[in-house]
Amino acid sequence: MRTALRLSIDRIKCDGHGLCAELLPEIIRLDDWGYPIIAAGPVPEGLAPLAQRAVASCPVLALALALALQPTAASK
Amino acid sequence: MSDTLLWYTTRGAGAVSLILLSGVVVLGVLSALRVQSAGWPKFLTTGLHRNIALMAMVFLALHIVTAIVDPFTHLGWLTAVVPFSSYYRTLWLGLGTIAFELLVAIVATSLVRGLIGQGAWRAVHWLAYASWPVAVIHGFGTGTDALSGWFMVLSIVCVGSVAVAVVYRLGQGSADPLASARSDFRARVARRPDR
Ligand code: HEM
Ligand code: SF4
Repeated sequence: MRTALRLSIDRIKCDGHGLCAELLPEIIRLDDWGYPIIAAGPVPEGLAPLAQRAVASCPVLALALALALQPTAASK
Repeated sequence: MSDTLLWYTTRGAGAVSLILLSGVVVLGVLSALRVQSAGWPKFLTTGLHRNIALMAMVFLALHIVTAIVDPFTHLGWLTAVVPFSSYYRTLWLGLGTIAFELLVAIVATSLVRGLIGQGAWRAVHWLAYASWPVAVIHGFGTGTDALSGWFMVLSIVCVGSVAVAVVYRLGQGSADPLASARSDFRARVARRPDR
């Protein structure tokens, strides 16, 4: 197992400001109503600082970045 | 430093603070209302809101420190902390102290928003609508320049833009497209007997 960064959205808190998709279009896009859709998979290493910034910019603190265990081929 | 230079600095920094804080309030309203256009993304509004707020704190620090160390009035450091403790222009300086303390609370809670949680942050942040007018009254009451032409024009522009923004804000309510669905949901949950 190794760890990877994952973005998650609290759907109850998120009220569709769309700021996250502006700041992190690499991973987040918006659906037709302006609510975010996060690309599957971990946050690429190089995008971590930008992801952190998107988290800090969400006006309702609905976005979170956390370390999660990730199964790798070797440890399966 | 000469006394006159201190006095000029106090006045100049006060006027700059008025401009910056008015801008911060207007930008706060614009971000709450999610105003945006093709050339003006939302992160620009929130980013400017935050950074101009931090810049305003620097000018306010300059404004307060130069006022206090000015030997002409010898206000004393207590004036900066305890409202209405000054022998000199007690009311007007006291209002300035209150406005500044509210601002410090607003900025400090904003910088640790993730730690204190959204609800507490929001409650403190609403104090902006109290702090700004108190600061403006402080300036009108005690400002050396309050009656000069340039300051009048500046005040009209600042008070005018904040007033327009606030009236607009009151008229708009929540910018959340699902606001009514959400409150409906909450009302239903609250009505459940087993809760
Ligand atoms: C580091 C400093 C600050 C940060 C990070 C910050 C952050 C924010 C955020 C995230 C919002 C919500 C925007 C939205 O709902 O989309 C907001 C709104 C607002 N802020 Fe600030 N803020 C700061 C300082 C200030 C200061 C110093 C003032 C007052 C002069 C102020 C006045 C406002 C106002 C009036 C609103 C609109 C509130 C509403 O009507 O919902 N902010 N701010
Ligand atoms: S910035 Fe926050 S509220 Fe806005 S869409 Fe992203 S997660 Fe939702």
